Order: sequence, then structure tokens, then C-alpha cells
Amino acid sequence: MQRLLSGDYPRSRVLGIVLVLILAGLALAPFVFPGTRSLNVAAKICVFILLVASYDLLLGYTGIVSFAHTMFFGLGAYGIGIAATRLGPTWSGLAVGSLAALALSALLSLAIGLLSLRVKTIFFAMITLAVASFFAILASQLSWLTGGEDGLTYKLPELLLPGTKLLEAPLLGVVISGRIVSYYIVFAGALCLFLALLRVVNSPFGRVLQAIRENDFRAEAIGYRSVVYRSAANCLSALAATAAGILYAVWLRYVGPDTTLSLDIMIDILLMVVIGGMGTLYGAVIGATLFVIAQNYLQDLMKLASDAAAGIPLLPSLVHPDRWLLWLGILFVLSVYHFPAGIVGRLRGNK
Amino acid sequence: MSEPRSGEHPVLETHDLTIRFGGHVAVNRVSCAFGPGTLTAIVGPNGAGKTTYFNLISGQLSATGGTVKLFGEDVTSLSAPQRTRRGMGRAFQLTNLFPRLSVLENVRLAVQSHAAMGLNLFSVWSSHVELIERAEHYLHRVKLADRRDALASALAHGDQRKLEVAILLALDPDLFMFDEPTAGMSVDEVPVILELIHEIKNQGDKTILLVEHKMDVVRSLADRIIVLHQGELVADGEPAVVIASPIVQQAYLGLAGHE
Ligand SMILES: Nc1ncnc2c1ncn2[C@@H]1O[C@H](COP(=O)(O)OP(=O)(O)OP(=O)(O)O)[C@@H](O)[C@H]1O
Ligand SMILES: [Mg+2]
Repeated sequence: MQRLLSGDYPRSRVLGIVLVLILAGLALAPFVFPGTRSLNVAAKICVFILLVASYDLLLGYTGIVSFAHTMFFGLGAYGIGIAATRLGPTWSGLAVGSLAALALSALLSLAIGLLSLRVKTIFFAMITLAVASFFAILASQLSWLTGGEDGLTYKLPELLLPGTKLLEAPLLGVVISGRIVSYYIVFAGALCLFLALLRVVNSPFGRVLQAIRENDFRAEAIGYRSVVYRSAANCLSALAATAAGILYAVWLRYVGPDTTLSLDIMIDILLMVVIGGMGTLYGAVIGATLFVIAQNYLQDLMKLASDAAAGIPLLPSLVHPDRWLLWLGILFVLSVYHFPAGIVGRLRGNK
Repeated sequence: MSEPRSGEHPVLETHDLTIRFGGHVAVNRVSCAFGPGTLTAIVGPNGAGKTTYFNLISGQLSATGGTVKLFGEDVTSLSAPQRTRRGMGRAFQLTNLFPRLSVLENVRLAVQSHAAMGLNLFSVWSSHVELIERAEHYLHRVKLADRRDALASALAHGDQRKLEVAILLALDPDLFMFDEPTAGMSVDEVPVILELIHEIKNQGDKTILLVEHKMDVVRSLADRIIVLHQGELVADGEPAVVIASPIVQQAYLGLAGHE
């Protein structure tokens, strides 16, 4: 346990319980929440925990503001999508697509890092925004390769298809299909990479990142070259985001600008990091879980409320499902106002 | 790296070292060499360029002209972290810590840098017990061991100065640069720092540069004094001689020249 969590315990009983519940819920999702929609939500939570955790490595631990995170997420997803359409639904195709995407992400993140991490935070943020916008445009223009705005729908190896039955009889009342295999690939991949990130932030290297965040001048004076550390963090974070994209594409069997590259997702990631708590990877778990659930079920809840309030003036239109973003925004503002250190910071009791 | 340290070269040399801020020449063609086992005090009035001279030596500022050599190697074009890893260590005049990290962590980071462990990604930091123990050892030496878990920002001013010195010790440099280490400390804390500097000096192989305003401190510790005035090196020699020289009496001690 100590090794698995890299010595980084939740340090709050409530937080520990919530984390165990989330882990158990995700691990057993196909059996506990067997519906198509709820399994989709569970898979998305797994992917976003990894994606948000990798962003927190940048924002929370290193103090780097980047808007290119969805670009790396998209690279992973498009890697799978393009490989699956071009090379066919084979395992080797998926491997080629994944490796190509990871290699491209590594190169691109190192190039962006070395060229621009010397400059001020705000300029770096602007550069990443420009590069990410360029990639989003590229993806929509190169429609022969990427499917343009429509994206790509593709087949995967048979083992991963919903039609494939692995066991004759249902297990615990659930048909063990390729869908379940896909889910567990996503779950295991996200879990392993999350634990790897947890190790990185608790390593001697991770400690240097925090020192650079606190006082980069002093970190340099005691011998750490901040541009090297920032670039390495940027690259690791990009690789983890690419891996999240790969898992997402395996799950969705579809890739398009709206599922990975869009600025909306970038904003969602920011919200999840801040709500959960910056500078602690457990914040990513809490933030991503809450956010994805709210995104998927808040509208339902509001529809119920809206219907119930029918007849009362004004109220139905206030809680109309179309207003869900407004309510999410209000929740966000309130949570930042009341828990500036995020939910995890609050639970751990520091101000 | 140890090869050029055989003693042919002084530990540190500056040659015509100069920096200009716009039209203002803050350090003006300062040439000086410092040997191993020596403690040189750098004195001069406020704004004389002492801190700027340090910044040029340790790489926080890059020179407009001139060179800095460490063990005979030209390090003028190297960055601050590169110079630190070649054996320079610096304690800052304006306390410069990691405010939201613990006292122990401030020192441990310096120990970790000295052990070249910064790029270790896959081990847990707390499993490197030897680094933690060494950091604790340095905290003991500056008498801060009981504050190890406090945040650096929560320390009183005098304790922050001590922590600044502990970080410098933790780098275990060949060249120690102290910039007014006792400024603003209460009288009973000052001896802790002075004794430490004395111990380092008695090791015999370290080179110490000390910017200090208090003349009694300078007299008791220094083997040599150099005087900076308006960026220029105006005196260099044995403490008694330099302190007695008219230029110091005039320029530094602010005495009104000769009758
Ligand atoms: N980064 C900078 N930009 C512009 N001017 C500077 C800069 N750093 C120092 N100076 C100027 O250079 C001169 C020397 O400053 P410095 O801090 O080296 O003096 P000092 O001898 O350390 O003084 P003190 O005893 O007050 O610490 C001053 O006039 C200062 O204003
Ligand atoms: Mg000064």
C-alpha cells in the first residue's frame, strides 16, 4: 500500500472513504451500474481522472498554465482513430497508432517546452493556446485523414466489440461482452497511469517541481535548472494526456473534434482541477468524478425539478435542463469561493 | 572535475568583471583572485556593488564584460545552476526561501541537489532517508532542528537567516558566499552564525567571501579585506592595513577625510 500510493495517503478520513468508494464503484461498474449510459459515464470518469491528474502535474505541482492539454489528449485519440481506419481493426494497428501518437506528443511537448518555457507564464499559456488552436483547425481541415468535423467512426479488434460474447452464461446477471473487456482496459490503464503519476509527484523530481513552483529563482540558485524540470514535467504530462486519449478512443470507437480537441474540454479540465483541489492528485479523482456525473445527470435532475415546478411562475424556466451550464457555473463560483484549496484541501483541513 | 583543482589555479578569479544597468556601472572592472582556505571580507558603503558582484560571480546576473573563473575554468557563460553544481554556494542578503515548504524540505532540496538526485522520477522522496538525515544534521548546526516541520514563511526573521545559511551548508560548496548573514539578527543569534563561518574556515580547504558591515566581525574573521566603492575595487589587503587606510576611513566608514 505504502509503495502503491508512493507514501501519499489521503490524510483525511472522509477523503479516504470517498476515494475507496469511487475506486470500488469504478472497479465494479459493469456489475453495479450495468446500463449502457452509466457504463459510458464510468468509462468517461476513468479517462478524465487520468486526464485531469496529468493536467494537475502541470498546473498544481509545477505552476505551468497550458492550454494545449486537449491537443495531446486529441493526439492520442486520433492516433487510434486514424490507425484503426487506415490499418484496419487489428491489435498491431492499435499499437502503431498508440506509439506514433505518444512519440509525436513527446516531440511536440519537448519542442514547445524548450522553445517557450523560459518565458513568462502568461506567454507560455498564449503559445500553447495558439498551437492548440492550430491543431484543432488542422484536424478539421485535413478531412481525408481525420474525417473533419464529422470525425472518424471505426472498428476495433473483435475482442473489444460489443457483439462479442466471452462467456456463454452471464456472470452475476451481466453478459460478459467485448464492451466489458474494453471497460476494464480503460479502467486498468487509467488506474496504473494514475498510480504512476502519483509516484512521479512524490519522487525527488516531483519535489523539485514544487520547489520551482514556489520560488524558481531559489531553485536555480541551489542547482536545479528550471527549464529542464519544467520541460520534463510538460512532456510527462503530455504523454499521460495522450494515453488518456488512447483509452478514450478505444472506449468510444469514435473520435472527433468535440470529444477531444475542443476548447470546451480544456475549460472542463480546468474546472475539474480547481474544484477537486490543485496540487494534489486526489483532487483530480474527486473533481473528475463530480464533474462528469454532474455533466451527465444534472440535466435529468433539473428536468425532474422543472416538471415538478410546472405551474409556478419563473421557477420552471430557471431549472429548465437547458440552463444546466448556468447552474454548473454557479456551483463552480461558489465552490471556488468557499473552498479555494478545492474539495481535497477543504477535507484535509488546510486553508 | 577534480583535475583542475590541483592548486595551480585560485579557486575563484574575476577579470575586469563589469556590469552596466543602463548608464549606471554597478560593478566596474573588478579583478581579484581568491585562494583556498581563505576568508575575504568585502566591504563598502550601501550601493557600492557588493551584492551585484556576488550576483555576477554566482550567475544570477550576466556580466556586460569580463570573466569569472572557477578553479581556472571560465564559467562566465554558465547559468546559475550550472555554477552551483560546480561548487559555488550562495546565501542571499534578502532572505530567499521556499516559503510554503517546510523548514526541513528547504534544506532537503539543497541536499538532494548536491546528491544529483533531482531527476530521479520513480522512487519516493521519503525513502531516501540519508538525504533527510543530512538535512536534519544541517538544521542542527544552525540550531533550527526544533523548527523542522514549520513552514519557512512562519519563521521569525532571525530563524529565516539561519535557514538561509543551512541551505548554503547543505550544498557543501567549495566557495561560500555570505551576503550580510547576520543582518537584522538579534544579538544572541549572531554568534551561532559567526561560529559556523569560523568552523568552515577552520576546515582549511574552503574559500569564503563575506559581505559584512560590522567591523568587529570583519576584524575577527577575515584574512583579507577588499573594498568596493561605486563599483570599483579601491583597496585590497590585510585587515588592519585596509581598515586603517585613508580611503576606507573616508569611503566606507564615512569619516570626514583628513583634517
Ligand atoms: N537589477 C538591477 N537593475 C538596476 N540597478 C541595479 C540592479 N541591481 C543593483 N543595481 C544598482 O547597482 C548598485 C549596486 O547595488 P548593490 O545591491 O550591489 O549594492 P550593495 O553594495 O550590495 O549595497 P548594500 O550594502 O545596500 O547591500 C545600486 O546602485 C543598485 O541600485
Ligand atoms: Mg547588498
